[in-house]
Amino acid sequence: MLRERIQSSNYSFIDKLRSIDYLLILLIIAIGSISVFAIYSTEGGKFSFYTKNHIIRLSVFFSLFLVLSFVRVSTWYKNAYLFYIVGLVLLITVLFFGISASGATRWINLYFLNLQPSELMKIAVIICFARYYHRIQSSDIQSYKFLIQPIILLIIPCYLVIQQPDLGTSILIAGSGIAIIWLAGLNIKYFVYSGLLLLVSLPFVISVLKPYQKSRILTFFNPDRDPLGAGYQIIQSKIAIGSGGFFGKGYLKGTQSYLEFLPEKHTDFIFTLFSEEFGFLGSIILLLLYILLIYRIINVGLVSRSFFAKLYCFGFATAIFLYVFVNIAMVLGMLPIVGAPLPIMSYGGSSLLSIMLGLSIVMSCKIYNQEQISVY
Amino acid sequence: MLNRGRNIEKGRVITRRMFILAAAKILLFAGISSRLYNLQISDREKYEILSDKNRIREWKTPPQRGIIVDNFNKVLASNDRVFQLHLILDEINDFDVTIFKIKNIIGLDQFEIKKLYKKKERLKPWDTLVVSDNLTWEQFSKINLYLHELEGAKPVLSTSRFYPYANDLAHIVGYVGDASPKDLEKPEIKENFVPGLKVGKYGIENSQEKMLIGNYGIKRYEVNASGKRISQIDYIKERQGNKVNLTIDIEIQKYAQELLKGKAGSICAMDIYTGEVVTMASSPTYDPNKFTHGINQKDWQEIKNNPLKPLINKSIAGLYSPGSTFKPLVALAALEYGILDPNKTIRCKGHKHPYELYGVKYHCWKKEGHGYMKLRNAIKQSCDIYFYEMARLLGVDKLSIIAKRYGLGTNVLGDLYNDEKNGLVPDTKWKRRALEQSWYLGETVINGIGQGYIQTTPLQLCLMTAQIANGGYKIKPHIIKDESINYKNVINKIKLDQSNFPLHEKNYLDDIKVEFYQRMYHKKSNINFVLDAMFGSTNEQYGTSYKSRYDDPKYQFAGKTGTSQVRRITDLDRELDLDTDQIEYKKRDHALYVAFAPYKDPRYAISVIIEHGGSGSKAAAPLASKLIKRIIDRHKLREQFNNGNTSLA
Repeated sequence: MLRERIQSSNYSFIDKLRSIDYLLILLIIAIGSISVFAIYSTEGGKFSFYTKNHIIRLSVFFSLFLVLSFVRVSTWYKNAYLFYIVGLVLLITVLFFGISASGATRWINLYFLNLQPSELMKIAVIICFARYYHRIQSSDIQSYKFLIQPIILLIIPCYLVIQQPDLGTSILIAGSGIAIIWLAGLNIKYFVYSGLLLLVSLPFVISVLKPYQKSRILTFFNPDRDPLGAGYQIIQSKIAIGSGGFFGKGYLKGTQSYLEFLPEKHTDFIFTLFSEEFGFLGSIILLLLYILLIYRIINVGLVSRSFFAKLYCFGFATAIFLYVFVNIAMVLGMLPIVGAPLPIMSYGGSSLLSIMLGLSIVMSCKIYNQEQISVY
Repeated sequence: MLNRGRNIEKGRVITRRMFILAAAKILLFAGISSRLYNLQISDREKYEILSDKNRIREWKTPPQRGIIVDNFNKVLASNDRVFQLHLILDEINDFDVTIFKIKNIIGLDQFEIKKLYKKKERLKPWDTLVVSDNLTWEQFSKINLYLHELEGAKPVLSTSRFYPYANDLAHIVGYVGDASPKDLEKPEIKENFVPGLKVGKYGIENSQEKMLIGNYGIKRYEVNASGKRISQIDYIKERQGNKVNLTIDIEIQKYAQELLKGKAGSICAMDIYTGEVVTMASSPTYDPNKFTHGINQKDWQEIKNNPLKPLINKSIAGLYSPGSTFKPLVALAALEYGILDPNKTIRCKGHKHPYELYGVKYHCWKKEGHGYMKLRNAIKQSCDIYFYEMARLLGVDKLSIIAKRYGLGTNVLGDLYNDEKNGLVPDTKWKRRALEQSWYLGETVINGIGQGYIQTTPLQLCLMTAQIANGGYKIKPHIIKDESINYKNVINKIKLDQSNFPLHEKNYLDDIKVEFYQRMYHKKSNINFVLDAMFGSTNEQYGTSYKSRYDDPKYQFAGKTGTSQVRRITDLDRELDLDTDQIEYKKRDHALYVAFAPYKDPRYAISVIIEHGGSGSKAAAPLASKLIKRIIDRHKLREQFNNGNTSLA
């Protein structure tokens, strides 16, 4: 039945190669290379553990990205729900068999990689929602019957991730899901209402937060509250970035990060290190690379015929934007420290894997952009 | 077709919403960019400063204290090598374990361990804890033996204050100790302080802090967030404090302390022209070395509970009635004001017929009486009756002008010693102001023999004697070599001045301020009269210090004894007429003696006070006599040295 809905077209291999978005690949390579240099710098200019690992992962996952790019977009469509279910199962597995680090249980030991299912869930939610809204008539979108399902689909993983606890990823998952609901055309009033509801329930939400999460949020509003505790990261990060100036301190000369004043410098605070060493100029260039990346993803959505591809690309572009924005705003002290990696730049296998996976789906949308997926 | 239309509509919605989202993204990215601009361009300077603070940590290295030397450049306070044990706190994983090990190796008691924990609480995690600042060689070598087991332990060779003459100079040089919060308020300490630095607590160490403290060095290290040193990037060497050169002659000081051994009292000697204090001994004394590393309880109790009060610097903080040593000055005042003809004769009739004023009787110290006395004889034999009458005629206010002019009633060394006393030269105005009472004539009478309200320090008496002995010139007493004084010029100026012409300015005997090295007398003959009388007191039969005299003109000196009562003498006491030995210690009189030497061409003045020593002629004058000989023996050496011939030292 499903097979009938898909009008698969026959692409020659040359056609496929031709329709590859080379600029997108170039951008990925550019950001990937920058990330290698940045992580090399976090190790004080020594070629050791993190750099080695990061290079291996980058090459493995980039190859994976290239291979998966040739998977038909219809295949992604077909397996969208499965993807979501697998993600959910993994999240539940974490709940029982997860391994812990610094008070959080987020990972599954896969021997070659400590998988963080919540990272995969970021993509799973987007692809799942893209499929869901692909076939819903615009007239039906507003009905409660069709609204309640995605909300449930969203709440389950978010809840599981919050339990780990991982507020940042949970917010990003929710954000990506909501973005797709928005793109699908849900009446604006729902967003306004739920926004108001969130505002009203905020005191209650804060009351159920974990103490460290509360402290982080309070610290965000006043980093000097506890300059050696929760406020430490924000203050140190701002000092490092601010002292970088326009041109930066120069590669491998970022004293703040080199001297270990920066916490988690190779993961969540990689931008801080980069910004200290390359200054305002470098930061803006990196930001532009991300903007270009997002633009190319959106572009793929624009040229795709199917709603699935459009929704996926626009949703994924928004998700990338959210990751970048939340991470940078966080290290600049504009948002509380919630633990969100910078796509591609941050050291971390799961995050890189999910981004590459997401990008490969984008690429497959591009390659098979003329592929029709029936809405019936 | 309907479906197709719906689909087109759906596609449009998606695209429109995407553009709305894109607009929002652009806005938010613009927000990030402006934030970056703020941090990296507008506020760059602020964060750069913060960043440097983050990166560079300073360690201050303590400076060596300046040394203190005597007149002959002999070191009185030096910096000795000491063995210390430091703990680098950030290299220690388990403080308790480390302390336990150290306790077993060097043998700390419970009290000391408690103190260490307290000390540690005040330190930052990257600071150094000084476990002991003065280990014995045995402890030090033991620590080195077990060093591999002691994480963070660092045996250190350091310097600390050492006073080679220990007890002999405690009251002059003072001592050092840990800085108190109050010490840290002083700018010279605040600016140069390094934790663990010892600061002056008393004496020269305290008042010359600015000279002695030096400047700390700075070692700047690049550190990481946990404060671990990564590399040294700067080292500004510390500067040792300046040398302080005293006018004291340690050989004479040592001898003076020796003379005072077992007694409570003071010996001061100074150059009557230059004002250099040659010795300023106070007894009993204590060992200032004991204070350097914090005095232990037992030693402290011993010093504190000693009834002879070792902590009081008797030369400048001990207040005594000058007794008869005041008489030369009273005579001088009477002569200067022309109150009395020195040939006036007064009969001293002994205890049976005392001096009477308004029904109150005033006795001479001599039971049998002196008989008929003229002024010179009255000074020589120290007749009280003569001085009662003279004081009555003179009046207390005129006497106080002369007494103050010759050095009594104000402290001698300025702010060098925070415990130096001003003493008291009473007059009618003072009594009205301080006691709100009018002056009684009877108080003038006893003031004439140096009793009553008058209070002086031994150093003041020495200065008084010096300023009479030099012919009545005001000098500048000092204990730290004063480069601004050309000693040769000063001596020549005073010696050549000695004018016989009386001054005709009317106000010359008023309470005026006299400049340094200017004459204070009105008529030269008056000064000479007093000096001659003092010569008689020492070198003529019946003189009160006749037994202590030298016949050799090289050592021949002139002086005046004094016996200062510490309580009112009752009729019963006069009846009993006990010897000093038979009286309870606390009730015995203080023995005093002032002198100058050599009589011909004098150069030094000396004052001796023995607390509860009995009579001045028996207890004080013999000590003065011995010390004068030593001072004069060393005079040539001192002259040569001070005139630039330093090779003699």
